[in-house]
Amino acid sequence: MSTRLVVGPFNRVEGDLEVRLEVADGRVVQAHVNAPMYRGFEQMLAGRAPHDALVIVPRICGICSVSQSVAAARALADAAGLEVPVNGLHAVNLMLACENLADHLSHFYLFFMPDFTRPAYAARPWFGEALRRFAALAGEHARAAIAARQRWFELMGTLGGKWPHTGSVVPGGSARAIEAAERLRLLARVRELRAFLETTTFAAPLEEIAALPDEAALQAWHAADPLRGDLRLFLTISADLALHALGRGPGRTLSYGAYPQPGGTHALAAGLWDAATGALEPLDLRTITEDSTHAWLAGDGPRHPAQGHTEPQADKPGGYTWNKAPRLAGRVVETGAIARQLADGQGLLRDAVARHGASVYTRVLARLVELARVLPMMERWLAALQPREPFCAPEHLPDDAEGTGLTEAARGALGHWLRVRHGRIAHYQIVAPTGWNFSPRDAAGTPGALEAALVGVPVAAGESTPVAVQHVVRSFDPCMVCTVH
Amino acid sequence: MNILWLQSGGCGGCSMSLLCADTADFPAMLKAGGLELLWHPSLSLASGAELVALLEACRDGRQRLDVLCVEGALLRGPQGSGRFHVLAGTGRPMVDWVRELAQAATHVVAVGSCAAWGGLSATGANPTEACGLQYEDDRPGGLLGEAFVARGGLPVVNVAGCPTHPGWVLDTLMALAAGLLTREDLDPLNRPRFYADQLVHHGCTRNEYYEFKASAEKPSDLGCMMEHLGCKGTQAHADCNTRLWNGEGSCTRGGYACISCTEPGFQDPGHPFHRTPKLAGIPIGLPTDMPKAWFVALASLSKSATPRRVKSNATADHLVVAPAVRKTRLK
Repeated sequence: MSTRLVVGPFNRVEGDLEVRLEVADGRVVQAHVNAPMYRGFEQMLAGRAPHDALVIVPRICGICSVSQSVAAARALADAAGLEVPVNGLHAVNLMLACENLADHLSHFYLFFMPDFTRPAYAARPWFGEALRRFAALAGEHARAAIAARQRWFELMGTLGGKWPHTGSVVPGGSARAIEAAERLRLLARVRELRAFLETTTFAAPLEEIAALPDEAALQAWHAADPLRGDLRLFLTISADLALHALGRGPGRTLSYGAYPQPGGTHALAAGLWDAATGALEPLDLRTITEDSTHAWLAGDGPRHPAQGHTEPQADKPGGYTWNKAPRLAGRVVETGAIARQLADGQGLLRDAVARHGASVYTRVLARLVELARVLPMMERWLAALQPREPFCAPEHLPDDAEGTGLTEAARGALGHWLRVRHGRIAHYQIVAPTGWNFSPRDAAGTPGALEAALVGVPVAAGESTPVAVQHVVRSFDPCMVCTVH
Repeated sequence: MNILWLQSGGCGGCSMSLLCADTADFPAMLKAGGLELLWHPSLSLASGAELVALLEACRDGRQRLDVLCVEGALLRGPQGSGRFHVLAGTGRPMVDWVRELAQAATHVVAVGSCAAWGGLSATGANPTEACGLQYEDDRPGGLLGEAFVARGGLPVVNVAGCPTHPGWVLDTLMALAAGLLTREDLDPLNRPRFYADQLVHHGCTRNEYYEFKASAEKPSDLGCMMEHLGCKGTQAHADCNTRLWNGEGSCTRGGYACISCTEPGFQDPGHPFHRTPKLAGIPIGLPTDMPKAWFVALASLSKSATPRRVKSNATADHLVVAPAVRKTRLK
């Protein structure tokens, strides 16, 4: 005998989200994920001048706006056959990293940790400490994190004029050249966040966190002082609530590769990590498809985004969300910081995922490790800037052209597919990270990553908005406004 | 003064921008300004059933509601049904919730150009039938209708911008809390005058280039972006270059044109955003309050008088000619 639970609205996610659960014997037996809003960006882009995309697409998302800009700029650069100068690569990477790290910080302090201050946990030994640090709009560390984030985003004032919705990211690189004195100010500002992370978040040097080789080393580091710093408190809570066993992902994770470097490599490598075989497989972008069988969108089976199509059909039988079902070679994948760290071969994450799979615990751990790894990279990119050398290449976009723009947003793999005809956008398709993670069922009835991860999650008697379900949902750091572009 | 903050057809960027407010302690600043967040999508603990109960209490008058802030456009489609955004967990279109809650609130604030006019969410063919709370582009009406007046006596206060500057939102809310926002403090589009009576041009670091019509020709050039790159800073109402963004930024300081994101209809300029429309070589969009003949005369005069330094720097991405150092004291 199962009961049905409709859970929503979720907050502390970006945008609106509803989850429909079948519950039996105190566990979720089936989940359907509904992205309950339609926005129509792919329809709105058709017919526009190609560069109008640089104004329109960042406004898909207020939290991953630079990521959308980067994907559009890369699609246009690809269509124009453009090489970005080294300064341009670094400047755009700095903007993207600024946004991605800020998003990780917001996720941990504002979106994810406050759930452990719920009365349901009042009897746990760590509760008082969680309340003191993470209570919504009151916790000491949550407040300090908002202040640190505000100072951090002043990087964007200099690098990109403003955040969100910067216009500095262009196909040729960055429209905002950085002078030598500005570089020094930017470095000083990066070190401010380093100080916050090394004092409050990790209570350890970033390099020490980034170098943790495996879970045994992490556990030894944790045991040395179990409440010192917020990563250790998270590990204490995670162990007590067995978050390593909660919200298991599909076992395959996708990264397009983050932060391209001169010479064509990525600072964080691309690839498909298969936890079952423990192997990194190369990506075949031709095998990406989207299927709208269970979306309120017209469709005739899986299509590659270069041939994709978006047309709302609010009354479509079988539809239960505005999100299509993306698949890689027909299979469900998960994307996000965990995918980037696995593809890049980070020791701790590879070891933790080998033991527990992608779970609430490993997803959150991956974001924190990424904070510790990427901030020092930003220091190096700033040092590598060559003031007075070009930041932006001149550009000529043909009237008929096609391009693909891939990047890694904080939440994972983001792709734009563009076709220009007669000097106008003829086709624009976007596959967003949470589109992958919060996918509905496909034509074969295979549930998406979150839908599968929710199966088995405990629901206590009388819970209308089950707290364990909230942990699983928020462990993905969903961005619904991108999903329903 | 309590505040209920809801999001619909938009990107959530105005909330993300709000968190960039220039303060050492965001919650303390709200409290000191007399602002209490009844619920906010990014900041509050309450979720799911807890929130639905709060919305019902506000609607039914069991919970006092001082300010309803709406971020994002109101999605009326398809065919007026509102089903393009059904609020999760309620089975009801968001436009229905907003209509009811607006009747219960003392003040209604549109946060951002989407909630004010429809904004970017309504661009092109506007497939979602998006509109603002009390405007559809520059036409009064929108979701609540031209005649709507909130219980406190004000129409919808339009804090337009894409995104909004955190200071615009906080100054508006603190003025409401202090009882210091009257109809006289709103401009003809119901935007708070404290920021809408300025032009983006004011304080623009490219003003010397503007004076001499020394123009940028491509992204990253230092020159004025009005002549070629679509900049509307001389027409757009906002204080972006005097109240800066994220420390020391603004669009023009970031190397890109002002697209007049505080103005209704900015999303459909009728030309590519970053190309200035011209007639016989003269930009169609002239500086606000400037007669065309004067502009043409002044432009041709100043172009012929442009110093070499200004001309050279205008098409470079860094200073190639520094201002001369005089050998005598400045007079």
